[in-house]
Amino acid sequence: MTATLKERAATLAALPVEFLFRALETPLAFVQRLVGVRGMPWVFLLPNLAFFGIFVVIPLFINFAFSLTGGTALYPSDRVYAGTEQYAFLFDCENFADPITCREDRFWKGIYNTAVFIFFQVSFLVLFSLVTALVLNMKIRARGFFRAVFFFPVLLSPVVVALIWKWILLRDGLLNAFLVSLGLDKILFFVSPEWAMFWAIFVSIWAHMGFYTLILLAGLQAIPPDLYEAAEVDGTSRERVFFRITLPLLWPNLLVVIVLALIKGVQIFDEVFVLTGGGPGTATQFIVQYIYNTAFTQQVQNFGLAAAASVVLGTVLFVLTLTQLAVTRKRDNG
Amino acid sequence: MTMRWTSVFTAGALALATIATAASAQTELRMLWYNDGNEGEVMQSLLDRFEAENPDISVTLDVVPYKAILESLPVQLAAGEGPDIARVTDLGGLAPHYLDLRPYLGDPQYWEENFGPFLDWLRAPGTDAIPGFMTQLTVTGPYVNKTLFEQAGVEMPGEGATWDDWAAASKEVADKLDIAIPMAWDRSGHRVAGPAISMGAKMFDENGDPALVDDGLKLMAQKLYDWHQDGTMSKELWGSVSGSTYLGANEDFANAQVVMYMSGSWQVPQFASTIGDAFDWWAVPAPCGPAACTGMPGGAALVGIKATEHPEEVAKLMEFLAQEDQLSDFYGETLFIPGHLGLAKTGVDFATEDPRASHALKTFAAAVPGISPIAYKLQGYVNNRVMFNAMISRLGEAIVGELTLDQAYERMTDDVAKQIAEKERK
Repeated sequence: MTATLKERAATLAALPVEFLFRALETPLAFVQRLVGVRGMPWVFLLPNLAFFGIFVVIPLFINFAFSLTGGTALYPSDRVYAGTEQYAFLFDCENFADPITCREDRFWKGIYNTAVFIFFQVSFLVLFSLVTALVLNMKIRARGFFRAVFFFPVLLSPVVVALIWKWILLRDGLLNAFLVSLGLDKILFFVSPEWAMFWAIFVSIWAHMGFYTLILLAGLQAIPPDLYEAAEVDGTSRERVFFRITLPLLWPNLLVVIVLALIKGVQIFDEVFVLTGGGPGTATQFIVQYIYNTAFTQQVQNFGLAAAASVVLGTVLFVLTLTQLAVTRKRDNG
Repeated sequence: MTMRWTSVFTAGALALATIATAASAQTELRMLWYNDGNEGEVMQSLLDRFEAENPDISVTLDVVPYKAILESLPVQLAAGEGPDIARVTDLGGLAPHYLDLRPYLGDPQYWEENFGPFLDWLRAPGTDAIPGFMTQLTVTGPYVNKTLFEQAGVEMPGEGATWDDWAAASKEVADKLDIAIPMAWDRSGHRVAGPAISMGAKMFDENGDPALVDDGLKLMAQKLYDWHQDGTMSKELWGSVSGSTYLGANEDFANAQVVMYMSGSWQVPQFASTIGDAFDWWAVPAPCGPAACTGMPGGAALVGIKATEHPEEVAKLMEFLAQEDQLSDFYGETLFIPGHLGLAKTGVDFATEDPRASHALKTFAAAVPGISPIAYKLQGYVNNRVMFNAMISRLGEAIVGELTLDQAYERMTDDVAKQIAEKERK
């Protein structure tokens, strides 16, 4: 009786879908006659391609066009052609290793800060995600709860993450109150370049670790258990099991995590912008903030220079994305 | 029966059509606004009055953070978008986007007579447009926590005291009472400009072109740098963010964490409500340097925006708001220094019984005659924010040790030249 009710409910629920399919059948059959069976995937991809084209590809070309212009006008037709002048200005450096010798020192400071950030953030992010995934893959008590705990920060908006940590780290914040309660002096975390960079990295890892842990956890759960059972029967040590079974089989996931973390690291902006404002000085001003400042916060909004810097950043991201695609393809092909 | 229903439907349809026509006949204006204190509420009450007198026009007050006025509004305006009316502080910088109200005003002469000198700040060079009026005149200057001075037993420096005198006295008070920040200046180029001019900065060369770095500016920059290194000023404001980001110490001052706070007259209503009588907050005359004892004039203006589709209605509203009755209420209730010459002469009945607020308003009003002509010139200069931003961003980098002061001067000069060249690129 219950089954019959369920079946009826399912049939009822399927009615609108069935109606939709029937309504689409005739036009789709017509389209299929026009483009052939092999052309149909393109038809289905078309809405997404159009969306991608309008909001990604076309702006990409507009941005490139902007990078070849100067002045403050917003519309391309009103802008002055400047050729590669903006690029020449960005790359006008006596010594690339020392930003202060560069004409646009803040661009290079942004690049160096981003490089330092990526090095530490990606290294520790991957390490902590791996360790967390390994622990959460074990049969521990309240495993589901801990998985949720580590994933929750991912659900928060970057601005919320930054504001929470800002309240903790300010002069009269929670952490300083705790230090004072221990009889220690307050630390002005956002005044010291080292502390500011440390907290930028820490907060970023805290906010994003859950996502990467989830990817690695999925990878760990895909490893056949019989391999571990065989190793146990052979009396293999835990270290050997980790380095000879877990790590090699998890490597494709790990590579994806590394590349994704690298791409996200290069794009870092919102949470650090709210947390440190890029300071002290330019100690945590990353490349995306440089672009934002150049285009929007100056009285003379230099869209051309910002666009040129965006093209440089885009090129770096493109290379990283190609690497990720190559890695994924290699993994899929075994 | 059928006839009856037909009549009912017809009547209903007519009623709906009438309502729809009335709704579509009402012009909706949007006013972009930011708040320092209670001025949003006061403006809303004036808008309610206007709407009652003009039922065919509705006005929506969009209150946004000040940062949006500085950063988002210029992009909107450049794209031909934006509100119908906006409250702005980059008075000359946005001039190309202002609506010239003259063709729609009943009495342009009234505007010339009462807002004349300030209209020049709003005009694009070489024009005689009337884009709006000042919602407030401001003067930069310091506040001190007089209660802390009394508790520490330190005498407040008197008339003619220098910045060094005040810095030393504030430090002494902070040291005695263990106050976190002896002296704080808003992280704003506009705030630095007054002391710099007092130190002898000329800001322009003999041709009238910007010349930011000179001996006067170097003297002020050196003091600012030294005060940050010896703990007179905390790096939390100038050192903790990058670029031209604005930071104020108003909350720290209101929490009695700052002995002396360099800001301006617009803080009066806020302090009157947030501090009240919790302690004696006292506005003091601008401290002196070798060349002057000046603050910077400034203010915010309400302007019509050129891209509006309803220029006549915008002018009608602006004309209503600019009348003496409305402005008298506005300035009086917001505790803003009037930007209307008639009201400045007759005086405004400020809605406060707080002696600290009254004293502050008197102090700032008394500072106006002593404002240096260079300060007026700088305020009216169309690219002044380029100079202000170069100053704060590069001085900030020097204060945290990323640049030497000499490198900062070099960069400031280069930043100003590059940005103005970019703006004037043909």
